[in-house]
Amino acid sequence: MSTILTNVSKSYDSDKTVLNDVTAEIQTGEFFVIVGPSGCGKSTLLRMIAGLTSISEGEIHIDGQLVNDLPPKDRNLTMVFQSYALFPFLSVWDNVAFGLKARKSTSQSEIEERVNEALKMVNLEELKDRKPRELSGGQRQRVALARAVASDAKICLMDEPLSNLDAQLRIKMRQEIYALQRKLGLTLIYVTHDQVEAMTMADHIMVLHDSQVQQIGTPTEIYKHPANEFVASFFGVPPINLLPATKINDQTIKVNDDFEMSINQQVPESEFQVGIRPNELMLEKVDELTANATVKSVEFLGDEKIVYAKMAHNDLEIAAIVASDAEFKAYDTILVSATEKVLLFNHEGVNITQMEAVVNA
Amino acid sequence: MLKTSTTDVVPEKNVQAKQRHGFRLTAKDKYFASIFLGPSILILGLFVFYPMFKTLYISMFLTNTLGKTTVYVGFQNYAKLITSPDFISSMWVTFIYVLAVTVLTIALGLLLANLSSQKLPGISIFRTLYSVTMGVSVAVAAIFWLFIFNPSTGFFALLSNWLNLPVVNWLTSPTNAMWAVIITTVWMHLGFTFLILLGAIESVPSTLYEAADVEGASPRYQFFHITIPMISPTLFFVSTITIIDAFKSFGLIDLITKGGPTNATNMLVYRIYKDAFYSGNYAKSSAEAIILTVIIAFFTLLQFKFLEKKVNY
Repeated sequence: MSTILTNVSKSYDSDKTVLNDVTAEIQTGEFFVIVGPSGCGKSTLLRMIAGLTSISEGEIHIDGQLVNDLPPKDRNLTMVFQSYALFPFLSVWDNVAFGLKARKSTSQSEIEERVNEALKMVNLEELKDRKPRELSGGQRQRVALARAVASDAKICLMDEPLSNLDAQLRIKMRQEIYALQRKLGLTLIYVTHDQVEAMTMADHIMVLHDSQVQQIGTPTEIYKHPANEFVASFFGVPPINLLPATKINDQTIKVNDDFEMSINQQVPESEFQVGIRPNELMLEKVDELTANATVKSVEFLGDEKIVYAKMAHNDLEIAAIVASDAEFKAYDTILVSATEKVLLFNHEGVNITQMEAVVNA
Repeated sequence: MLKTSTTDVVPEKNVQAKQRHGFRLTAKDKYFASIFLGPSILILGLFVFYPMFKTLYISMFLTNTLGKTTVYVGFQNYAKLITSPDFISSMWVTFIYVLAVTVLTIALGLLLANLSSQKLPGISIFRTLYSVTMGVSVAVAAIFWLFIFNPSTGFFALLSNWLNLPVVNWLTSPTNAMWAVIITTVWMHLGFTFLILLGAIESVPSTLYEAADVEGASPRYQFFHITIPMISPTLFFVSTITIIDAFKSFGLIDLITKGGPTNATNMLVYRIYKDAFYSGNYAKSSAEAIILTVIIAFFTLLQFKFLEKKVNY
């Protein structure tokens, strides 16, 4: 009883592949987020699950049934679109009732009951007679949610539902969608390009990039054990610092020719990339002779500061999170070093960190 | 206008203050306004407003055969018209014609537009074919259809012969002549209507249909519950345009039936033309023209009213 994608591919022409060999299992009742940068094929994947886009290769099973050739209406799912897809000529109530009326299999009294229930759930009862154009962005979003709720389908697909909202409303709706999903026990497949949405809501995250699945895992796994450089740099603000490193001895490496550090695992290769999260970097104000970096700018965030600095070698920049009372300013000369909690990537970008080492660190 | 503008000279400071308030025009503004408005006032005045008021004026007089007014009779010309069975029948014929043309044009236009909004290979060929009548002049269309309606060599006659059916006399039977004119007019209007409706259908956001697909609405349900309401402003627009155009049909009638047989296709416009330029009854024809103007003005007003409200949403 789950949604299973097996070697799913999509290509429009023989040479233009949008999705390549996607395999995943989405459990019933879980919040599954598909995340990736624009053009990675995440919306295409969602539309393929919905049945709005055909599948070039592979199979999609929903609840044990092969749905490749099933039209959208027979897949027992509902979808919330980025543009909300509200009918401008219908009232809020009629918008929510649209699917139930169209299917013609629901009695009038049941339609009324379910629509009223759905509107209540998203706090829109009082606005039920309004037209969509008389609503704010957040309210329109709720109408779209109510429509999904009223349809009673067990699987709900959402295509970047929050991207048209302002930042504050986005946080609020994020919590509402999460609460709704938990309350109704929906299987929610949610597409976003926003890593924060993915991290905060998901039970499992699928990271897509360049038409390929990069990694599928819980938010913790994705953040702590990213499969490769792309995943590591996609999650976390500011993004992880990726610096070239060389082996000095079994436990010691030299990072970007700028500083040496010891790591609590066997150094695997002679040359590789090291990934250091901004909060694992340590900065110290020093004189010019001992410095290995120069501060470029400092952002004050209340509890902490982000320091952007330029390393002495290779023209590389780093970002570090420091306490807000640390006094750094532009053009300060600093000494950069790092804790042992680092990730190692080989020249192909694959994570070669020995996981136990990181977990124990 | 020019005279006032040259005397209306105001100090510079004052001008700015007035401009800030909005609508007051300076002498210079008025001067330029009259230059820009001049040509259209001249042309419209000479060819539209003057004839219109002259028509109204003539319609209240008796006229001689040269069109000179003789005796003032007030509204008697109108009174005679609305009690004349001949005129009433002409009105009926016109209304039936307008109704049939509008309904058929919209229905066919909608059908073709909906068909060619499908994403199919080669669909643009059909789109071009369907809208090609826009480029055909009335005279050419009339001749072309006369050939088709010809009882011995026309396409319909040949088709009937081939199918062993009796040949229809398109232009000699009153009912058939009406249909012939309606068919020709619909054919002429179809290109424009099709194109406008296609544009409207294409501009309906595709996510609405996708949402409906997911929600389980059939294509038929989607057409009546999404497409039609979404394009209702456009539907209303093309209906009014078609109605007004049909009321004004002249060329096709003149070239195909000349109002006949037995006045079966003697629409208002054609009647106006014949009464004035064949019978020399200018007063009667002017009164008829005014009645037609009122009818068309009514539909135009209706359109303005509804377009403001955007019809459905």
